[in-house]
Amino acid sequence: MPAAALTDSAVEIAPGVHWVGALDPHLRSFDIILKTANGTSYNSYVVRGETGVAVIDTVKESFADTFFQRLESVARYDEITTIVLNHLEPDHSGALPELLKRAPQAKVYLSSRAQMMLKALLKPTGEAPPEYIPVTTDDTVDLGGRTLRFLHTPYLHWPDTQCTYLVEDGILFSGDVFGCHFCDARLFNDQVGDFRFSFEYYYAHIMRPFREYVLDAIALIEPNELAMIAPAHGPILRHQPRDYVHRYRELATPRLFNEARNEKTLVVFYISAYGNTRRMAEALAAGAEQIGGVRVSLYDLEGGESGVFTDLIEEADGLAFGSPTINADAVKPVWDVLSSLTTVNVKGKLGAAFGSYGWSGEAVRLIEDRLRGLKLRVPVEGLRIKLVPDAGELDACRELGDKLARHLTGRVEHREVDMASLA
Amino acid sequence: MPKAKVTFEDIGVSVTVPAGTRLIEVSEKVGAGITYGCREGECCTCLTKIVSGGENLAPPSILEDQVLKDNMAPRNHRLACQAQIIGGEIVVKPA
Repeated sequence: MPAAALTDSAVEIAPGVHWVGALDPHLRSFDIILKTANGTSYNSYVVRGETGVAVIDTVKESFADTFFQRLESVARYDEITTIVLNHLEPDHSGALPELLKRAPQAKVYLSSRAQMMLKALLKPTGEAPPEYIPVTTDDTVDLGGRTLRFLHTPYLHWPDTQCTYLVEDGILFSGDVFGCHFCDARLFNDQVGDFRFSFEYYYAHIMRPFREYVLDAIALIEPNELAMIAPAHGPILRHQPRDYVHRYRELATPRLFNEARNEKTLVVFYISAYGNTRRMAEALAAGAEQIGGVRVSLYDLEGGESGVFTDLIEEADGLAFGSPTINADAVKPVWDVLSSLTTVNVKGKLGAAFGSYGWSGEAVRLIEDRLRGLKLRVPVEGLRIKLVPDAGELDACRELGDKLARHLTGRVEHREVDMASLA
Repeated sequence: MPKAKVTFEDIGVSVTVPAGTRLIEVSEKVGAGITYGCREGECCTCLTKIVSGGENLAPPSILEDQVLKDNMAPRNHRLACQAQIIGGEIVVKPA
């Protein structure tokens, strides 16, 4: 199959709709956090109507020359009436300042949240911001016989993100949603190599922390006829595009929905050198289980890996971490887990810490600070026990579990405290 | 020093605080569900619903007001990292 994007000309993806993006086959990591084994693409599109021409997104700045060459092969700059910015991240807006100079008459359409980002983006150019129009769901732009309709889909994966739907053709310009870092000049999903891994990997690292927003977006997207999904990275999905929407729904749907529908879930992670922190964990779990409506899971960090634990953490309502203190710190397996959570949303979950110690016992406070830093709420002070917990101290662990369960189920008794008494 | 009382509805805790305290200083200490990002009034992460007693908070600064508008915050919402308690009773919960 001949590759569609081997020349510097635009590639027609539908009558009057062209891809004018750029290929970056040698990129090996993206935004530091993502590996890109065969590079990526920056997809930009041109839609021609009877009375107007729209450019949807641009490319990374270093690929601007290619973008402009492709753009010039299908449109004159003075024809461009509309610039749509689905996402302001520099890999999609890098050529925007130059495009604004070449097509100063064009009106810019973006989401409300994108306005501040546009100003920040154009700051180094010293240019006044162009005429821009904030849009939201069901706002439209008429290109003459062709209509662009906007879908407000924030946090996929920035606050500013939106999708743009070409009504008459059923083409969804989805921004980063349904995209992936996969570079293949054949462009279309029915012609490129096997990109399944890249599609799933991209979701897992970019969209997964925002899965609630993914589900909101799918609810807006699904009712529309979908002839094609044209994302901002990776293959253009013209063969069975709805399969990719279904896959996103599967990936974004909470997996414990059926098993723990009416219960809150508490996962207790611990690691223990001499069994003391383990005994604390077991007592805490037993205390939490006594309160109805809470399903408790107990895991020894020594017996698993961060990736698996991340999956558990994503689904949990509450998390408790137990660690001994070794050389004034919590132990590495705890930090390994607590530094692996950027791919899931933990904001607002209940957090707690506990642990046995021999000398100074810093681990509990350090873990609590980390949990707060990750935006968990930590309403119950953690429990530090010197060396071997006795019967009374194990009762205190059970009581900690009881309190955590009450917080999870909204059955906490009202307390009145003075700020001076708080640590 | 004049005192005020802040109730965090989501965790059922009322805290007596000195006038002049910012919500962030109290909510973090009691483990309320208000979460923080920049802590400088820019990111809007700590948007908080003022259930009652909003008049007992110092009015928003120009910066806070702008950030609330930019983020389309509903009425009776404040940034916990900016809102300063001046007295009386206030009830809040995460937005």
